[in-house]
Amino acid sequence: MLFSRKIPFWVLLVGFVSGLAGQDTAPQDLLRATGEPGKPGGRLVFAERSEPKTLNPVTAVDRPSRDVIRCMIGDLIHINRYTQKTESALAKSWTMSKDGKRFTLQLRRGIRFSDGQPFDADDVVFSFKVYLDEKVHSPQRDLLLISDQPIAVEKLDTYAVRFTFPAPYAAAERVFDSLAILPRHLLEKDYNEGKINQTWNLNITPEKIAGLGPFRLKQFVPGERLVLERNPYYWKIDTKGQKLPYLDELAFLFVPSQDAEAIRFQAGDTQMISGLSAENFAVLSKEQQSRNYKLQDAGPGLEFNFLFFNLNDDIESRLPQVARHQKWFRDVRFRRAVSLAIDRAAIVRLVYQGHGAALASQVAPGNKLWINSALPVPQHSVAEARQLLQSAGFSWNKDGGLMDREGMPVEFSILVTSSNAQRQKMAVLVQDDLKQLGMKVSVAAMEFRSTLDRILQSHDYDATLMGAADTDADPNPEMPVMMSNGTNHVWHLGEKKPATPWEAEIDQLMQKQLITMDHQQRKKLFDRVQEIVAQELPIVCLASPNILVGAREGLGNFRPAVIENYVLWNVDELFWRASGGIR
Amino acid sequence: MKKTRRLSLALWCLAGIYLSVICAGFVAPYSFEVQDRLHPFVPPAKIHFFDSSGKFHLRPFVYAVRSSDENPMEYQEDHATRYPIAFFTRGDEYQLLGVFHSQRHLLGVNGPVRIYLLGSDGFGRDQLSRLLYGGRISLLAGLLAAIFSVTLGLLLGSIAGFYGGRLDDLIMRVADLFIVVPWFYLLVAIRAVLPLQMEPAATFLLVIVVIGVVGWGRPGRLVRGVVLSARERNYVLAARGFGASGNYLLRRHILPSTWGVVLTQMAVLIPQFILAEVVLSFLGLGIGEPVPSWGNMLAYAQQYHVLVSYWWMLLPGLAPIPVFFAYHVLADSLHARLQSVS
Repeated sequence: MLFSRKIPFWVLLVGFVSGLAGQDTAPQDLLRATGEPGKPGGRLVFAERSEPKTLNPVTAVDRPSRDVIRCMIGDLIHINRYTQKTESALAKSWTMSKDGKRFTLQLRRGIRFSDGQPFDADDVVFSFKVYLDEKVHSPQRDLLLISDQPIAVEKLDTYAVRFTFPAPYAAAERVFDSLAILPRHLLEKDYNEGKINQTWNLNITPEKIAGLGPFRLKQFVPGERLVLERNPYYWKIDTKGQKLPYLDELAFLFVPSQDAEAIRFQAGDTQMISGLSAENFAVLSKEQQSRNYKLQDAGPGLEFNFLFFNLNDDIESRLPQVARHQKWFRDVRFRRAVSLAIDRAAIVRLVYQGHGAALASQVAPGNKLWINSALPVPQHSVAEARQLLQSAGFSWNKDGGLMDREGMPVEFSILVTSSNAQRQKMAVLVQDDLKQLGMKVSVAAMEFRSTLDRILQSHDYDATLMGAADTDADPNPEMPVMMSNGTNHVWHLGEKKPATPWEAEIDQLMQKQLITMDHQQRKKLFDRVQEIVAQELPIVCLASPNILVGAREGLGNFRPAVIENYVLWNVDELFWRASGGIR
Repeated sequence: MKKTRRLSLALWCLAGIYLSVICAGFVAPYSFEVQDRLHPFVPPAKIHFFDSSGKFHLRPFVYAVRSSDENPMEYQEDHATRYPIAFFTRGDEYQLLGVFHSQRHLLGVNGPVRIYLLGSDGFGRDQLSRLLYGGRISLLAGLLAAIFSVTLGLLLGSIAGFYGGRLDDLIMRVADLFIVVPWFYLLVAIRAVLPLQMEPAATFLLVIVVIGVVGWGRPGRLVRGVVLSARERNYVLAARGFGASGNYLLRRHILPSTWGVVLTQMAVLIPQFILAEVVLSFLGLGIGEPVPSWGNMLAYAQQYHVLVSYWWMLLPGLAPIPVFFAYHVLADSLHARLQSVS
């Protein structure tokens, strides 16, 4: 009895000493961050629109979960949100074989998880085994399939791994961004028992969760806040050799709406905000001086708002009314007329109060590397639109109402989500624009879930106004949208083969850019994709909002980016200047 | 005497309000849906008698307003040109009482500017015009729904009260059911199963029918009570003794005794149902854009920036107050009269 009580103590002590020794003596490949050197201490509070659903990087899909998890994890190769280029993270260096298929990574040595356990190639191999496991249903799996074949991972030695792609893969290193490396020592048991999906939920105690990110879990108060604390084992230092992150604590408050988020920031309850609407930006900017914060327009982002028509072909018998309307929607001249009649400048002015940009294609101006700048934004012209409709056989009755060839009045509805006031406003503007063409459009605002159900499941809608934001500037994440058999090919889901020649061409171009290594060549291919989208208008792209953000005065290294997660991407480098008042 | 004056004041007030919303096309300076996209959220126009040089003008006038590109929602008056307010101006075409087409409006300004007496909304639509047209929807919906529900209540209540027995039990249990049904969930459910594309007129009718059907329980119970007591009155028993049929008794003796209750109920229910329509549209379950109703206009004030920056967007919330007040006085006076008669 006595004996057994003593043993754990000795083990602990030995573990502690050897742990310390390991930290001091083993060579550590720390990464030197380039930001302004700051001073440690302080707390930062940020608001999320809802509670994270999980802390499990394998299953997280919602924005709050991803935001929180990103502060707690490390990835192998990271996309710098500011430059939009890749940079070294847990992988110190990497080489690509000549055939573009084998990718070898050297990992950083002497790195530890936030619970103090060492990190090595086994953790990498384990992580990818989990992501690629079909039974786990990880959302990341799709990204790791190249032409339906999974990427293969093997361990070369303790600090080297090799990824083998089934086909040459352009921008291979971008795949690794935000793919969390999981601690094998904590999760392997759960994985083997098939419980990896249920683990790391919000009830977890902080000791049972660990990552390679700048922060680790401290406390979760349901419905109120989640607090992270500094990870003492983090692997980055600043130019002066100080350990990152600077902040002691990072707290997430849960607020119910965009407006509440703005109010809490204005009141000083939170110290940083992103995703401000243009209207709230205007309201808040009036009190910048007196309330001691600074707002910033970070410029055009990647979010794009677009209108698309229901081109699904499985509704003929189920929904005859919608199917009848599809006669118009399938005619590209009809879609072009709609596009020409929409006053995009008015959308930017009225919805975004000037903090936005009109769009020519699905690539928003925030994506500087990939936008096809040769494409002009369609000039608002009702006259030209009417000509197009006339050439397509449409006519007008004596009240000015538009009729098709068979004398049926052109009336349809636009579906929008009721939770997004800006998109609803956009829909009312489009409604009024299309009235100039004699189209009778009604706006149907529905709750988010029902909207999504109609688009993805029942296909019971005429047209929809939606917004989407790519998480990466690269074209590869657009594959599921652009490919005719893609899971997010929203305007026409479940195409067995491309329904139109131009969809076939997009398929070819997207496939080709996937295996083209040269950036210039890839850009040319993707430029052509954008050109086709602008010509054939499967989606009528409207406008893109600028990223509007704000922070309390005195927050050092505050450099908002236009890619998700806009202000938190360099959270490890954020610090409070003395004058800013440490909280 | 004083009571009569109050009653007639309330009636005149209501008549004026209803007349102006029925003739919204004429009274409103503009159409409810024309967007002036360069002038969103313009504050209510300042009406001047003195121009910028201090000279007095007998005819009131307004100045054009402009905003800068940096602050698109901050407007400055441009003192270069005066625009006198004119009566019977030509403007957007409208239909009066569903028959006459006209372009004449009660007042407006001539020239390339628009006068926003109560400001403009986020699309640059005239708030006053929308308030008048919106009143048409909200007030008429309340009135028609009340007529519908009281008629239903009268019919079912008198049947239940007059015939009694099992029929009475059945009808009254159904009435109880309608009183306790959570109508809000019912409406959400109804909206979910209806097609996306609905004509404003169809939505309007639907709202009336739903509010009316849900609301018949209370007047139904009241009418039943009155009928039940009237049935036992001596003159009714006497008429029955002389062999009068059930129909005759209902028509000649019993229903007339319910008029008092019916009228008071109407005066109480109309404001309730106006409010119901406002709430429905506010929640996006009523009539949809671009057709205004006080509810869907008020919905914009849910947004923080509207609430703190543009006070005139809250006016649709104040508009029902005089209407409700007048109905309240009306119900009160009717009630007092009835009591004095009986």
